[in-house]
Amino acid sequence: MAIDNIWVFSQVADGAATSGTLELLTKARSLGGSVTAFVAGSVGGAAGELGDHGAAKIYETGDLGGALPGAAVSSAMQAVIDGGDSPDLVMFPQNYEGRDVMSRLSVKLDRTVLTNSTDVSVDGDSVSVVTPIFGGTKMVTSTFTGEAPYLAAFRPKSFEVEGGAGAAGEVAAAPVPDLGSTAGATVTAVHVEETSGPKLDEADIVVAGGRGLGESEKFDMVEELSKALKGAPGASRAIVDAGWVPYSYQVGQTGKVVKPTVYIAAGISGATQHMVGMKGSKNIIAINKDSEAPIFGVADLGIVGDVHKVLPQLLEALQSRG
Amino acid sequence: MNVIVCVKQIPDPALPGELDSDNTLKRDGKLILDESDSYGVEMALQLVDNAGGGEVTLVSMAPNDETSGLRTALAMGAAKAVLVSDPALAGADALTTAKVLAGAVGKAGEYDLVIAGTESSDGYTGTVPEQIAEVLGVPSVTFAKSIAVDGGSLNVERQTEAGYDEVTCPTPALVSVTAGVVEPRYPSFKGIMAAKSKPVDTVTAADLGVDSVSWAQSITAVDDAPPREAGEIVEDEGEAYEKIVAFLDELKVI
Ligand SMILES: Cc1cc2nc3c(=O)[nH]c(=O)nc-3n(C[C@H](O)[C@H](O)[C@H](O)COP(=O)(O)OP(=O)(O)OC[C@H]3O[C@@H](n4cnc5c(N)ncnc54)[C@H](O)[C@@H]3O)c2cc1C
Ligand SMILES: Nc1ncnc2c1ncn2[C@@H]1O[C@H](COP(=O)(O)O)[C@@H](O)[C@H]1O
Repeated sequence: MAIDNIWVFSQVADGAATSGTLELLTKARSLGGSVTAFVAGSVGGAAGELGDHGAAKIYETGDLGGALPGAAVSSAMQAVIDGGDSPDLVMFPQNYEGRDVMSRLSVKLDRTVLTNSTDVSVDGDSVSVVTPIFGGTKMVTSTFTGEAPYLAAFRPKSFEVEGGAGAAGEVAAAPVPDLGSTAGATVTAVHVEETSGPKLDEADIVVAGGRGLGESEKFDMVEELSKALKGAPGASRAIVDAGWVPYSYQVGQTGKVVKPTVYIAAGISGATQHMVGMKGSKNIIAINKDSEAPIFGVADLGIVGDVHKVLPQLLEALQSRG
Repeated sequence: MNVIVCVKQIPDPALPGELDSDNTLKRDGKLILDESDSYGVEMALQLVDNAGGGEVTLVSMAPNDETSGLRTALAMGAAKAVLVSDPALAGADALTTAKVLAGAVGKAGEYDLVIAGTESSDGYTGTVPEQIAEVLGVPSVTFAKSIAVDGGSLNVERQTEAGYDEVTCPTPALVSVTAGVVEPRYPSFKGIMAAKSKPVDTVTAADLGVDSVSWAQSITAVDDAPPREAGEIVEDEGEAYEKIVAFLDELKVI
């Protein structure tokens, strides 16, 4: 057995594959073997894009009718596997949907899972993944020792996206079977928080604020600065939990992973769970009044100072340049 | 309404993490209630209160018959606990953990709802809750910000990357809750005293009928990540903002 048959859990939104899907497809195709995109939902017009990033074959569950994907998509996957097409490796994004589907599938197939990984390698029959721990200061390599299918989840932005693989894959239906006693979790309404400017995980510049801002109103400084820099505002979990800003602003382990050209951390200590979400930024600027704050360990430019002084001065200087 | 809460007991996250000789996380010191699970305990207590009857039962898997984290949750108001403690489970993977906890849920009695955290502070696989749901054969909602009971079903607000969804789900079900969504109560003195005599049923994996305790993964290397090159650190004397402007200028982003 070699690692011939690789599946990628794939998501399509507004007619296009998500960036996470394209990252995993690109990586999967570099591992040898043939690559299948397993789409949670309908592939719609995205078959060409999936194919161009590596998917020779595409399964689609079809519209889930509001069902949460965990039970639904894992059951559809199991039905295909029971039907004889069994993958050697299934790659999932470490996001809400990917994680839920992988968890259910792991029980159905009685297979272990490896999570939070940032790299994968194949050596003959063996598959290994790399996972950063302790805030990314150590890298752990783990190898699957049992029988395939191997199930692994990868952090967003672990891999570059590269097209050019060729034509659209052949599309086959993988309908959701009867879910029995696990059925019934259904979305009845969707609420989207309006934001303006670039998306946090796509912005070239991110200005993030933390508890060091002192109070909720002071986050305005972060919003204004990000606007002046045409970037996106972000936040540590401390101020999301405190209700200053919505969860969609959160950077870190349970929030978004960002890799902008510039990340400005204002009043953020640099807890390991925050760092895993921003350490990959190309340039990091930190402003913190405590010279011992861990964030300075990753900063290219560190300012030991008070955010209430530095941020208004910076904003004024930028605005006066027009 | 009976609610079962999965609570993990973990080494104090304020202490620096260490690896054991077998490269698994060191867990031999005193363990505490994972803050990530204190929200679930609080939510469960509120749900049972609102229902006007029933109780909150805890399930936990931890080495060395460790109960200090459980006692904290019992002091908050949970009625009893099932603890799985078994040397064979040291370093268990998420799937084995889920099988064991699902077994403990069975032992804890009838339930309408099982609550877990979205991810633990030390393991953070985030897969255990959904795996428990699959072993139990119940529907599940992950990333809940709030749970309301409406007859035989739940109305859950589920956090999403762009906002939140309203989700309905029949009971019995499993729901994983995100951090920070409720204010976990501080145990009162009376609660702490009462917790000392609340029942904790300590069992092994075999007692729960989980006998294949092995996992198909092994750590093959642990390396130091390449260090980031040290940056320039300056003390603000009133002009540090100019440094930032110059830095951004050099990167041609302004
Ligand atoms: C399972 C789990 C998941 C988590 N996931 C995330 C995540 O996704 N994202 C995340 O961010 N966190 C996450 N956390 C939380 C994380 O551990 C930290 O608690 C959090 O990041 C701290 O936020 P903070 O830096 O804003 O606050 P603090 O740690 O309180 O730091 C505030 C900083 O501000 C500085 N400061 C104070 N006043 C000023 C001033 N006037 N001027 C300048 N500096 C000042 C202080 O010196 C301090 O360094 C997670 C935790 C757990 C357990
Ligand atoms: N050993 C354990 N004992 C009790 N609950 C656990 C244990 N491990 C995980 N859980 C539950 O599963 C959630 C997610 O954990 P994890 O999958 O490790 O991120 C935790 O917040 C707990 O509610």
